Amino acid sequence: MDLILFLAFAAIAVICALSVVLQTHPIASALSLVGVMGALSVLYLLLGAEFIAMVQVIVYAGAVMVLFVFVIMLLNADAESPRSTSAMAKALGLPIFLAFAAVLALAVLRLFPDTPLVRFGEFTGGGPADVGMALFTRYLLPFEVISVLILIAIVGAVVLARKEID
Amino acid sequence: MNGVPLSWYLVLSAILFSLGVAGFLFRRNIITIFMSIELMLNAVNLTFIAFSYDLRQVNGHIFTFFVMVVAAAEAAVGLAIILTVYKNRGTLNADDVNSLRF
Amino acid sequence: MEFFIVSTIKALLVFFVLMTTLAYLQWVERKVIAHIQLRQGPYRVGPHGLLQPLADVIKLITKEGIVPPHVNKFFYFLAPIIAVSMSLIAISVIPFGGEIEVFGITTHMQLTDLNIGLLLVLALASMGTYGIALAGWASNNKYSLLGGLRSSAQMVSYELPLSLAIASPLLLLNTLSLREMVTQQEGFMLGFLPNWTIFQGPAPQLVGMVLFLIAAFAETNRIPFDLPEAETELVAGFHAEYSSMKFAAFFMAEYSNMLTAAAVTTTVFLGGWLPALPGMAGDLIAPAVFATGGAVCLYHGLNPARKRDKYTLPVFALVFFGLAALFLAPPLKDIAMPLFWFGAKTGALLFVFIWIRGTLPRFRYDQLMGFCWKFLFPVAVLHLLATALLVALAG
Repeated sequence: MDLILFLAFAAIAVICALSVVLQTHPIASALSLVGVMGALSVLYLLLGAEFIAMVQVIVYAGAVMVLFVFVIMLLNADAESPRSTSAMAKALGLPIFLAFAAVLALAVLRLFPDTPLVRFGEFTGGGPADVGMALFTRYLLPFEVISVLILIAIVGAVVLARKEID
Repeated sequence: MNGVPLSWYLVLSAILFSLGVAGFLFRRNIITIFMSIELMLNAVNLTFIAFSYDLRQVNGHIFTFFVMVVAAAEAAVGLAIILTVYKNRGTLNADDVNSLRF
Repeated sequence: MEFFIVSTIKALLVFFVLMTTLAYLQWVERKVIAHIQLRQGPYRVGPHGLLQPLADVIKLITKEGIVPPHVNKFFYFLAPIIAVSMSLIAISVIPFGGEIEVFGITTHMQLTDLNIGLLLVLALASMGTYGIALAGWASNNKYSLLGGLRSSAQMVSYELPLSLAIASPLLLLNTLSLREMVTQQEGFMLGFLPNWTIFQGPAPQLVGMVLFLIAAFAETNRIPFDLPEAETELVAGFHAEYSSMKFAAFFMAEYSNMLTAAAVTTTVFLGGWLPALPGMAGDLIAPAVFATGGAVCLYHGLNPARKRDKYTLPVFALVFFGLAALFLAPPLKDIAMPLFWFGAKTGALLFVFIWIRGTLPRFRYDQLMGFCWKFLFPVAVLHLLATALLVALAG
């Protein structure tokens, strides 16, 4: 069951990620990215990260990506027009990408040759209570710092996006 | 119940990350470039969660949480910048936004 | 194996009841609105228009599904699917009652209990936004696009007060599992006041419930916040280009969202399936209500206004008396009683939804955003802080 779920959702994640990169229309890319996030949240559940899985859907897929879709719709962005690239770039692009992915994957396999098996339900320390406890005791200072960061981001976004008053 | 080796999760994360890098280099629409960055962040988050499972610790979850918060802040500011760029240049193509002043 | 069979039966049962409720909710809404506006409402199909939902379903299925030529086909068809599936999944974590025993099998009156149940409901609600935003964009129509833009801005904004309003009762309940929330609210204070979160010490959540309901109105696109489909300015908003079953899907999603909002409010604030009165009084209310209904029917059957009332109304009276007897028979009582209380509370909240639709005008768009960011959000933050302070001081 673990294997089937992992393979199914890993396949969905990879296909959606390919679609993010290959689709020419920004809306299609954005929705594919939502698909990646949904598949990843199921994988998080398999890894025992219940709270993070839900936050992933609520904050990432439900708020950040809605903002992306909103901006794309607002600007009425069209499909990207194909641009003229050199023949060498076209010929070398795919092999270099494959080489990069292979090097990353091989490095991971070399660094962690015999990792333990992941079974659903073996690690249950990722519930809301555990995350909250860690967040408000050990990581209290980073938590406060990041709230200041959010405040700065809000002010920055308002300043950038406000109407120019002539 | 048969399990899945932890390294498979890491390899999946590597594949997603390299796809994000490819999208970042290959796309020309600013918004799509931005989404490729989000894809890379997601791939890294998966690694954090996987190692958190391996070490039986919640620390990786906290890190992922912070990454999400930073991503949300980044999206707010980044999209505001994109809106301003579009207002001033009338284009979303990264190649056309190439002059410091006009 | 037994688990799968029981789950399948429960899922089918819940699905059937949910679909019937959604269809009849629309009949109730039309009737209530009609009476508020001094009209009759549906009256032609069946007695008092009771078969109107059936006629509507047949109409929607058999209508021609027009696909305008200028739409983006893939997203045009995807949007209603997202909207309806996200709203229907949410019902799976709502508890309708406690533990029951049927044919020697012990089970809960709930499809599944997750320890992150409430977060799942919020997540599904936030994913539902895509259905509407995409429908607006894929229709390739100015009115639809405006409706879609309005909806994504509105739903993202109102999600904040919604989450903050529901966070404060969680401070009292200390759990995210919807079933445990209800068990936390068992018992009575001073012998008569139910221990629900809206009354529970140290911080009664009455304000929290009002805030949650206001935000829920906006999340479900109901009047006075139904700007995404404002007929007078946007034709029909995001679903202007949808017809037949695709329109029915949006329609169903809206009513299902409304039902989920009412059910979640019941569970979190109003003690779910728990009775409102202690002891015998709580047990006797349900049979008393149905027996009164039966008596009224019998009275009108004996003094018939029309000829056929002589035969139809006594039959209804018998049905009502039968239902009343159901609540008194010991083995069935344990199943029927929680369902009665859950249905009564959810029904009352749904009536509020319909009542407000018949009463309030629509907001203007800037008023809607101003109301959210300048009033609802600060009040929700203050309410959460006050609750946290009271909970910390008490204990």
